[in-house]
Amino acid sequence: MRRIISVLLENEPGALSRVVGLFSQRNYNIETLTVAPTEDETLSRLTVTTTGSDKVIEQITKQLNKLIEVVKLVDLTEGAHIERELMLVKLKATGSQRAEIKRTVDIFRGQIVDVTSSVYTVQLAGDSEKLDGFIQAVGTSGVLEVVRSGVSGIARGEKVLSL
Amino acid sequence: MELLSGADMLIRSLQDEGIEYIYGYPGGAALHIYDALFRQDKVKHILVRHEQAAVHMADGYARATGKPGTVLVTSGPGATNTITGIATAFMDSIPMVVLCGQVASTLIGEDAFQETDMIGVSRPVVKHNLSVRHPDEIPEVIRKAYYIASTGRPGPVVVDIPKDMTTPNERYEYAYPKKVKLRSYNPAIRGHAGQIKKAVDMLMAARRPVIYAGGGVILGKASGQLTELTRMLGFPITNTLMGIGCYPASDKQHLGWLGMHGTYEANMVMHHSDLILAIGARFDDRVTNATEKFCPGARIIHIDIDPASISKTIDADVPIVGPVDAVLKEMLSLVKESKDKPDAEALAAWWKQIEEWRAFHGMRYETSPDVIKPQEVIEMLCKLTNGEAFVTSDVGQHQMFAAQYYKFDKPNRWINSGGLGTMGFGLPAAMGVKLTHPEDEVLCITGEGSIQMNIQELSTCKQYDLPVKIINLNNQALGMVKQWQDMNYESRHSQSYMESLPDFIKLAESYGHVGVKIERKEDLESKLREVLAMKDKLVFVDIYVDRFEHVYPMQVARGSMKDMWLSKTERV
Repeated sequence: MRRIISVLLENEPGALSRVVGLFSQRNYNIETLTVAPTEDETLSRLTVTTTGSDKVIEQITKQLNKLIEVVKLVDLTEGAHIERELMLVKLKATGSQRAEIKRTVDIFRGQIVDVTSSVYTVQLAGDSEKLDGFIQAVGTSGVLEVVRSGVSGIARGEKVLSL
Repeated sequence: MELLSGADMLIRSLQDEGIEYIYGYPGGAALHIYDALFRQDKVKHILVRHEQAAVHMADGYARATGKPGTVLVTSGPGATNTITGIATAFMDSIPMVVLCGQVASTLIGEDAFQETDMIGVSRPVVKHNLSVRHPDEIPEVIRKAYYIASTGRPGPVVVDIPKDMTTPNERYEYAYPKKVKLRSYNPAIRGHAGQIKKAVDMLMAARRPVIYAGGGVILGKASGQLTELTRMLGFPITNTLMGIGCYPASDKQHLGWLGMHGTYEANMVMHHSDLILAIGARFDDRVTNATEKFCPGARIIHIDIDPASISKTIDADVPIVGPVDAVLKEMLSLVKESKDKPDAEALAAWWKQIEEWRAFHGMRYETSPDVIKPQEVIEMLCKLTNGEAFVTSDVGQHQMFAAQYYKFDKPNRWINSGGLGTMGFGLPAAMGVKLTHPEDEVLCITGEGSIQMNIQELSTCKQYDLPVKIINLNNQALGMVKQWQDMNYESRHSQSYMESLPDFIKLAESYGHVGVKIERKEDLESKLREVLAMKDKLVFVDIYVDRFEHVYPMQVARGSMKDMWLSKTERV
């Protein structure tokens, strides 16, 4: 099953490599990984999406917790949560394609953030499935370049991941 | 406050930490530190002949004393040579701090002479690693390193020290921190009371219980509590290879150790049990055999300081995270207070069955009138040392024979590389033990393959006068490899045979030690007696043993715990 694990990590050199190393060392999957400092400059927040059986996921969270620099973590998929991923796509846009792409972008509530005579650059945010859906809708033949941020997530309601 | 250079602060920190010995080898990036070491006499440095041996020495010291070992090496090759030793300690959860020199911080990343990213290289095999970024951090980093290494589930910690952190003429205020606090590291200090209560209720209701104890009992210094609880309950007990000595081997409740080369009765009891109380053990593949066939009728209580060890390979019904000594203490008081007692009738029937299994096999091997069997060497050594020696081993058949036939009644006396299986571990580990236990008999049981992996340490033994006894079970082959080739590869002995062995007697003598060769069975006892009588000499005993012997019992691959070969021809 796909899981989103959110981690508060000491913002120190080498901490990220320990997390990434753990996944390869123990043969766990990483599908996406995002990391950035938080409002508390001593902490980074890291979000990793992974897949595995319940047993594997339990081991992943336990092994992550064992890393000295991991302060706290939560498996967001255990409760209601919001997940978002940002995507920037460069699309071939000439002639009649231009209007068609514009319409599709509107339907997916994206924005065209850069324009040339032959290219649109589109920005889109949403869960990973929505981003996949957009690529499918515009057709891969017109896609020149895709960059995705990886998943970020947060729990719904009053639950917070903090110290 | 005192002003000290980084190098002096480092050595002072070791003094303040109470470190008696460090094992190491100097080199460019560590020279400021070695100079600081020279100008004091509280911390004693042992100069090895290869950095790997320094780590095994520290490891042997730690296993025998329960205190963290300390290693000091230079950057680059000095540091990378420690990796096998560090991985050995990591797999067996041995507390240790490895101090590595590093090129100056201004040179890091420039492929400088003897530069290696030791933080990166060591990462998968350490509990944690730390680098010094400013000289004034040194006392805190050292305190943290020992704290992390020796608390919770212990393990090795590497400290990377760039040369410019130890410059002699830059001085800083020195104060050794009494405590360190790490917001992200809080090992459990006691088990969950509700879970412990639940476990005790299960123990009282069990009909075919078994206690399965591991190295965690020794690391957690809980042999006393374990022994008391086991005797109070009257349950059979087995332990892992790492747990040898946690419960007296000569006691009638003890079944011997379990797993791949464990006793018939221990494996049978595990397989047929209805309740397993696992304590400081980790259900590794050399114990469980095929996990899907593991002990089908048993419910499992699992006590461990490391939550990640619980339900990693075998699911626990009642997990208890906590230090084994504290948890066992709580269990003991609950058992004492409890109105319920284990069902005496069920337990008697269980013991009757166990005695039948014991009678069926026990530990046995076939003797021969003229060939020395490796097992009889071990039995003889056990007899001649009253089972009280510290025994280190290398890895292979001799290791299994030593573990099977030397009866340990005390913890911390059986010292081997159980998890990583590191050949070359035995001699340096024995040296680390002998250094702090000069009055005790220290035996290194080895083979002609393993001993050659760190044989250069005979020189260190000479320098520091370390009269260990090296018992070389010489079968002129890599015995365990050969056994597997006999069993699984139709006896195609690919590279398991060693030609051109050295004359070990002359070799030992060339280092200034004594060499004794034993080839005839009738000489075994008398010569071993002579060897043990040479208290102040290192004696290399080269014993020619049966070249065709196999280690049994041996679990059948991919079977359950009860599927075993009992000899070359008997399979159950």
